[in-house]
Amino acid sequence: MDLKFTQTHEWVRADGDVATVGISDYAQSELGEIVFVELPKVGTKLERGDALGTIESYKTVSDLMCPVSGEVLEVNSALADSPQLINESALEQGWLVRIKMTDPGEFDGLMTAEEYEGVLEEH
Amino acid sequence: MGAKMTEFAGWEMPLQYAGIAHEVSIVRAKVGLSDISHMGELVISGPNALALVGHVTTNDASALAVGAAQYSLMCDKSGGVIDDLIVYRTGSEEYLLVVNASNVETDFEWIASHNAFGAKLEDISADTALIAVQGPLSPRLLEPLAELDVPTLGRFHIRRALVAGIQCRAARTGYTGEDGFEILCAASDAVDLWRSLLVTGRPLGAEPIGLGARDVLRLESAYSLYGHELTRETTPVAARLMWAVKPTKGDFVGRDAILQAREKGEKRVLAGIEAIDRCIPRHGCSIVTLNLIQGPPEMLNQVQHDVVGVVTSGTFSPTLSKAIGLAYIDRECAAIGTELSVVTGGRICACRVVPTPFYRRA
Repeated sequence: MDLKFTQTHEWVRADGDVATVGISDYAQSELGEIVFVELPKVGTKLERGDALGTIESYKTVSDLMCPVSGEVLEVNSALADSPQLINESALEQGWLVRIKMTDPGEFDGLMTAEEYEGVLEEH
Repeated sequence: MGAKMTEFAGWEMPLQYAGIAHEVSIVRAKVGLSDISHMGELVISGPNALALVGHVTTNDASALAVGAAQYSLMCDKSGGVIDDLIVYRTGSEEYLLVVNASNVETDFEWIASHNAFGAKLEDISADTALIAVQGPLSPRLLEPLAELDVPTLGRFHIRRALVAGIQCRAARTGYTGEDGFEILCAASDAVDLWRSLLVTGRPLGAEPIGLGARDVLRLESAYSLYGHELTRETTPVAARLMWAVKPTKGDFVGRDAILQAREKGEKRVLAGIEAIDRCIPRHGCSIVTLNLIQGPPEMLNQVQHDVVGVVTSGTFSPTLSKAIGLAYIDRECAAIGTELSVVTGGRICACRVVPTPFYRRA
């Protein structure tokens, strides 16, 4: 199962040309208790590197970066009432958006889990 | 104990244990324990103790019977706040002042420099621990442990008591808006006292509460925090704390300036705000008179607006499920119901002025 990561601590899983995006466990731990999540509307077209939304915790507000270009297919509606799902289950129940990728090659270019671990070791 | 630690006023403090929202709910529904030994304790005693206390604080300490306490302020000559504190009358000629951790040395120097009365002034902070027990189940936690008739220890009163066999002073005071106690003991007894309170409290659902949750609790109750709502640049008039100022008690440092400020009216006054948009108004953020629901701050360059205030504290209230804050706002824009915008980080967020406290216990 292909789980990839970005330098900005997002994770991406691909199922065909549909990418699911979330933030890493490291990211949720650094943020602390999350209280608000702002995500784009379904249908929004985004390029890699565009703002994907924001996650606000008691401590701070963090911008999300879109890791792969495409159209937003689905948004995790459970997060509106239960933003703490991201803290509790960043890689599973805390998923943020699903994107129909325009260029699945962008997914291949992301970091592997081992490469991401390496990045974390430097932190 | 599994705490996430942080640094505050030179002390290493637990920011949170199980989580801020969880800890807030524990204090509101059950009982929580916090080690707040970083707070300062100053003792003024001797025949001229009251004269000194009365001279440096704004409230009327002469109204205190032995065992009673009052919230008070120390102000400078210009009426700016040096610290907020609780004055406990612990003896016929003895007053215990519990002051903010960040201000202990400043407060001591300030009081010492005004001690023309020859009262005895001691800083006992280093030898004194302070544990807060806060929440509706607090009396049930304390009763089995304390040789104390708990129901007769009223709010804003203090009494000597053996708690878990340890010499303590138990005060029915707190910074959370709930019923509770603040218990002072010798620093060397702190660990034993903490352990006894936690063990006795566990069956009631007691948990340790970190600084993060304490900040939310006090904000929900609209209590000011020194360094945020209270600084040398704020008078009790602006901070809406004139109820802790008694100009008729006699002269005290700052009295004339405070009366002048009250007479003239302050440009900005402290007000409660709640966020309409899903964002937290943060300390230091500007408040403007735009009424946009959401937009990037670049819009500020294009649209007519005025900066009318600044946020002093803000957080997300799990009790009320909304973001709240305190802010100094131009008097004309501070009426309840006024809609304003907070410029926070990358966004403009709508908010409205609301009555305080945001939360009041049943």
